[in-house]
Amino acid sequence: MGEQLKNAIDWLFEPTRYFAGSVLLLVAIFLGRKWFSKTIVIVAIFALGTVFMLWAPSDPDFRTIITKPDNVPIVILLGSVVFFTWLAMRQAVINDERVKEGKPTLEAELGKKKVFTWPDLVYIEFICMILFTAFLIIWSLKVQAPIEEPAATARTPNPSKAPWYFLGLQEMLVYFDPWIAGVVLPGFIIVGLCAIPYLDPNPRGNGYYTFNERPFAWVFFMVGFILFWVSFVILGTFLRGPNWSFFGPFEYWDLHKLEPLVNVDLSTYFWNFVGKPKPTNPLVREAPGILSLLGFFLLVPPILGKTVLRGLVKSMGMARYNLFMHLLLWFALLPIKMLLRWTINLKYIVGIPEWFFNV
Amino acid sequence: MQKLFDAIRRSQIWRSIFRHGYPDTPRNRTLAVLSNTFLHLHPVKVRRSGIRLSYTWCMGGLTFFLFLIETITGLLLMFYYHPTADKAYQDIWALREHVPLGIMREMHRWAAHLMVITVWLHMYRVFLTGSYKPPREFNWNVGVILLVLTLLLSFTGYLLPWDQLAVWAITVGSNMARATPFLGHEGPGASLLSFGGLNLVHAGDDARFGLLAGRFVGEGALLRFYVLHCVGLPLAASVLMAVHFYRVRKDGGISGPL
Ligand code: HEM
Repeated sequence: MGEQLKNAIDWLFEPTRYFAGSVLLLVAIFLGRKWFSKTIVIVAIFALGTVFMLWAPSDPDFRTIITKPDNVPIVILLGSVVFFTWLAMRQAVINDERVKEGKPTLEAELGKKKVFTWPDLVYIEFICMILFTAFLIIWSLKVQAPIEEPAATARTPNPSKAPWYFLGLQEMLVYFDPWIAGVVLPGFIIVGLCAIPYLDPNPRGNGYYTFNERPFAWVFFMVGFILFWVSFVILGTFLRGPNWSFFGPFEYWDLHKLEPLVNVDLSTYFWNFVGKPKPTNPLVREAPGILSLLGFFLLVPPILGKTVLRGLVKSMGMARYNLFMHLLLWFALLPIKMLLRWTINLKYIVGIPEWFFNV
Repeated sequence: MQKLFDAIRRSQIWRSIFRHGYPDTPRNRTLAVLSNTFLHLHPVKVRRSGIRLSYTWCMGGLTFFLFLIETITGLLLMFYYHPTADKAYQDIWALREHVPLGIMREMHRWAAHLMVITVWLHMYRVFLTGSYKPPREFNWNVGVILLVLTLLLSFTGYLLPWDQLAVWAITVGSNMARATPFLGHEGPGASLLSFGGLNLVHAGDDARFGLLAGRFVGEGALLRFYVLHCVGLPLAASVLMAVHFYRVRKDGGISGPL
């Protein structure tokens, strides 16, 4: 029974299933938010989580990864993201309900009243500080900070992992070259975050939790933060072992586990299909990929803007709309590439290693 | 006993510090906030809706609190640490071996991890409450820079123990810089920047070299990261936090329905 359960969990956590499962879970949360925001749900999640965390470490392989001192924060991250997503959703559902009944939001009702900073706010801060300090001291007494062997630039550990908060980026390296995963995408994440207040044309939902008044914003941010950041960090920490191969939570990190490399460039597919040898000029050779990318970035925004997103163009204006779409398309490239990798083993859409230009 | 307390409260020393009676009247509560340098970060009165834990999750406050813990524990660690390739590792090791019940390194490390988490969650809550909308656009941007600084602080600190974990994590992390378009020697476009057959961008002068002060993570990188970690980045973060808090108040306090 135990072994079967472990095998089932290992099977379930394989990256494609893990990703598909996370997507389904998010969709379920959005659609079933009324149900998800019930107290019993969060109690059940944490009860199950506790049972799991009591049971699973009896497995030696699970214990090895979960008890690495630097992995404790990721468990905290997971728990707190689940909890706060629930808490936010709960207040959004309550507020949306109240607005439907013609009542003011919770925040509007409470906001009418002002209270003194001393004692009301000072006490909250004080108690938070004391609890947090106590928590930190206990944690520090219980878990020693790691120190491994002295630095040796000649001996590369396997796996070599970046600090945990960058593991989302390292996971993207599976699908993109470093110039995209490590430079362009993080750069656009920062630019995109900065641009959010100037791109969001929706004046509603300022200063209170609401889903119905800004569904796109909530879905967009939760997908970005939960699916492509937090869940990637968790994947990179717990499920990626030597050579960045996938390992289930109960699997032994075998140095010799090999995943066959069968990935193929788009250009190879194309010239095989046409039945001609690959041209030597890289620009001609990669023309199919280059044209698809140009089409993706140059045609998609105007086409969508003329049709389904006409309303958005109107409320945002041309310049903002275009900036928004280009950032969005860059991020969309990631799931697109992931799907292409999983379905047709695509390596590069455009592959010009001569110039380090691989997409 | 009561008399003793009263005497203390009437003494010149006490009254020179606290210019108000016990804060249990509206007047004294106002004065308690207004006359205290630190409490004065706050307005005298706040909207009931904004201070509920369920609204702010106290995440911004906790991030700041963790930053303070980092400053104190980090200062203590600096007394025992030399940023040189032959001493750094031994110093860290000595902290564990020679200090009974020493938990400064642990506090510093775990609080740093927590700070990364709390700053993410803070951003999450600011987004979900729509608090970046006018008039708070600018403060959101200050926040984004603080987020980057928090990650950089953590990243530079990760190298300092100078063990395998540290060096290789920074190697993997900084390898990305090698691929910066035009600025990294393995980045797209870099090979176009050549002059008479001579590459302008190579492993000895590209973006990664600038970050690490060398072609690999060595002593130069250690010193560079140390200075950034202990002086440069904390200074920048402190200044921006001051701006951030000031703007929270100038933008009308913690957000609420307009
Ligand atoms: C070192 C990092 C940071 C510190 C110490 C910090 C601290 C704070 C504090 C204490 C508040 C008061 C309300 C609260 O606690 O929620 C606040 C508000 C705010 N923060 Fe931050 N913050 C940081 C990073 C960020 C980031 C990364 C963002 C967004 C990208 C951000 C955006 C904002 C905004 C827009 C407000 C006003 C929110 C409102 O009025 O409801 N901050 N910050």
